Amino acid sequence: MRIGVFICHCGTNIAATVDSHGLAERAAELKDVVHTEDVMYTCSEPGQAGIQRAIREKGLTRVVVAACSPQMHEVTFRRCVEDAGLNPHLFEMANIREHCSWIHDDKELATEKAYEIIKMAVAKVRTAEPLFPNEVDVNKDVLVIGGGVAGIQVALDLADAGLKVTIVERETTIGGTMARLDKTFPTIDCSACILTPRMVDAAHHENITIMAYSEVDRVQGYVGNFVVDIKRKAAMVDWNRCIGCELCVQKCPARGPDYFNAGLAETKAIYIPFPQAVPKRAAIQTDYCRWFQQGKCRVCSRVCPANAIDYDQQDTYVQRKVGAIVVATGMDVFPWEEYYPQYGGGRIPDVISGLQYERMLNASGPTGGHVHRISNHEEPKTVVFIQCVGSRDEAVGRPYCSSVCCMYTAKQAILTKSHCGDDTDVYVFYIDIRATGKGYEEFIKRAQSEFGVNYVRGRVSKLYEDNGKVMVRGMDTLLGHQVEIPADLVILATGTTSAEGAPQLAQTLNISYDEFGFFKESHPKLRPVETNTAGIFLAGACQSPKDIPTSVAQASGTASKVLGLLAKDKLKTSPEVAVVDQSRCVGCWKCIDVCPFSAPEKQELRDGTSRSHVIETVCQGCGICVATCPVNCISLKGFTTDSLIDQLEEALLG
Amino acid sequence: MTDSSGNVKIIAIVCNWCSYAGADGAGTARLKQPYDFRVMRVPCTGRVDPLLALKAFEKGADGVLISGCHPGDCHYSEGNYYARRKFELLKRMLPHLGIEPERYTYTWVSASEAARWQQVVTNFVTKVGELGPRQGGAL
Repeated sequence: MRIGVFICHCGTNIAATVDSHGLAERAAELKDVVHTEDVMYTCSEPGQAGIQRAIREKGLTRVVVAACSPQMHEVTFRRCVEDAGLNPHLFEMANIREHCSWIHDDKELATEKAYEIIKMAVAKVRTAEPLFPNEVDVNKDVLVIGGGVAGIQVALDLADAGLKVTIVERETTIGGTMARLDKTFPTIDCSACILTPRMVDAAHHENITIMAYSEVDRVQGYVGNFVVDIKRKAAMVDWNRCIGCELCVQKCPARGPDYFNAGLAETKAIYIPFPQAVPKRAAIQTDYCRWFQQGKCRVCSRVCPANAIDYDQQDTYVQRKVGAIVVATGMDVFPWEEYYPQYGGGRIPDVISGLQYERMLNASGPTGGHVHRISNHEEPKTVVFIQCVGSRDEAVGRPYCSSVCCMYTAKQAILTKSHCGDDTDVYVFYIDIRATGKGYEEFIKRAQSEFGVNYVRGRVSKLYEDNGKVMVRGMDTLLGHQVEIPADLVILATGTTSAEGAPQLAQTLNISYDEFGFFKESHPKLRPVETNTAGIFLAGACQSPKDIPTSVAQASGTASKVLGLLAKDKLKTSPEVAVVDQSRCVGCWKCIDVCPFSAPEKQELRDGTSRSHVIETVCQGCGICVATCPVNCISLKGFTTDSLIDQLEEALLG
Repeated sequence: MTDSSGNVKIIAIVCNWCSYAGADGAGTARLKQPYDFRVMRVPCTGRVDPLLALKAFEKGADGVLISGCHPGDCHYSEGNYYARRKFELLKRMLPHLGIEPERYTYTWVSASEAARWQQVVTNFVTKVGELGPRQGGAL
């Protein structure tokens, strides 16, 4: 066995706290190590060429690179050694950057630790065996979860490229948050004019199936071959018959909360969220329906010309087989009422959220686009915007910037002037202005200079009602004095939060999410739209708060990644899978019981007895069966018990 | 921060998807950590046979930390549920083998919890450091 060890300086990232050169000399003493060198940047082209040269010239049969995390460059170096004729699994990384140089200051101690990390990696690579991937067929259909602007963009891009796409949307219509907006920044063009044609494109596309009012219930399988159970929620209306005429909505006597209008108005118990809904189909909110609550009414059933009302409808489940899944579930508005008692906590009628104001500005919204006070329906003369409500505020557990509020506040401030007249006083309280997109800073400047919006730097400490006004008490930190403004209408630039149910969906999909419920990308720069679960991708604000241009751009990026994956007819599966030593298997079938993927199966031998056998292309390599098998007859390739014990010995006995 | 090294030897067995990535995140964020622990990567805590922890003690570890994805968040759906049962039993067994239970812990650190990883290792290393090297050699 001839092992080569390459120790990276990573510029000064490693070399500043770890003596890479000294380590190269020491590692040469290790058993079976025949070649060591320290390299400035091992991942660079000359760095990789150096490894390949050493493999050829020194006849290396195993390679260890001591550098960054394997999550960063394991794939890079495996490819590198493979190109030089070595099996990619005869390679091991020693993580001396993230796990050593970056977390320590003392060079002597850090170097000693790095040496032990390298020894562990050498011990592991010594037990390594060449492994060979299997190939599986790829299903080329795609599931997109969430029918907002990001999900629609992904679906259209993929469908235009010829893939069959299913969009699963939990509301009764696609469109997402963008469908609820009035205008979009920084162009002040109408949101619906951009979005609704795209919604219709998606609905009419021969390669797209929209499943509205549906949710992903269960996901099985793996990249290239997912099996997804989708719950189609009972709308109490037969959508094959419903023609979206809204007669039922007009006649329905019961009212319920209007999610679409952000609670600014009420809707009927049977409802269609907005006129351009896709699909335009009615659904009954059973919690508010008189028939379901009191057992009488049935007005909708009587007026429906299509005989579509079905009070006995039940949830149904359908199954879809897909090769890739795109998650585009978007975001929700921060529930500010629970967190800001100083702003009235929702009890002052003339204090509303940014999204509520958006609905008020919208011509098809509940006020027909007329801006008025909630308390007395009069047009406001003084309007105050408060930024960073539920953003950049650690006191409410939201340290992050919601990225859209500065811009939509400027937009709404401008629209206020155009709706209520130039003589309306508009104030914006802000901490900082974040206007980083194309044309954004210019837009803020326009709001200030052209439209005369007053920007006041400082936080608002309190809102209270006084004499029919909402008193806004805050600090002008530039002038250094307290200000108090009697306002008619106060709009909170409410931040964004992850979509309701995001953590549960993440668990269904086995993808990671952060403490705020935003889904975690595989790597922010190297794999920004992939998740750590192969075949599952992200698009839009479900990953982090994003505005529309960014969401759409990312969605197209995601589509290209999905296309890259599904362009292949066969996928290579990881060879790091479990394997059963059938000569020792006692047939207890505990492996079958514990496997989450149904990879082990009973295999009948010639003598009529059965032994366990792991289907390599189904096995995901978790190793649960390995730790469960009572006779230790299952081994996990790449993570054998021997290799783990050898690593322990190196770490402890050295 | 414990700067005195060589005092105790601690093995951290971590799953690839959550805790290893969390530890990577802690490195990327330059969150300082004690020297006295060595990370061993496995695909899933479900892969960890409790005997492996005992093996570590046998080979001379003064402390063993096992960390994976939060319950419910396992990359393989349920590996950490199986692991949790085994780890809990191991915890109860250790005193019978003459190993202070404080020398062993299992915990959950997600890929986004870099600061939590720093806290977990710092606390554990400090605690084991106070106990000092384990007396009595193999088990």
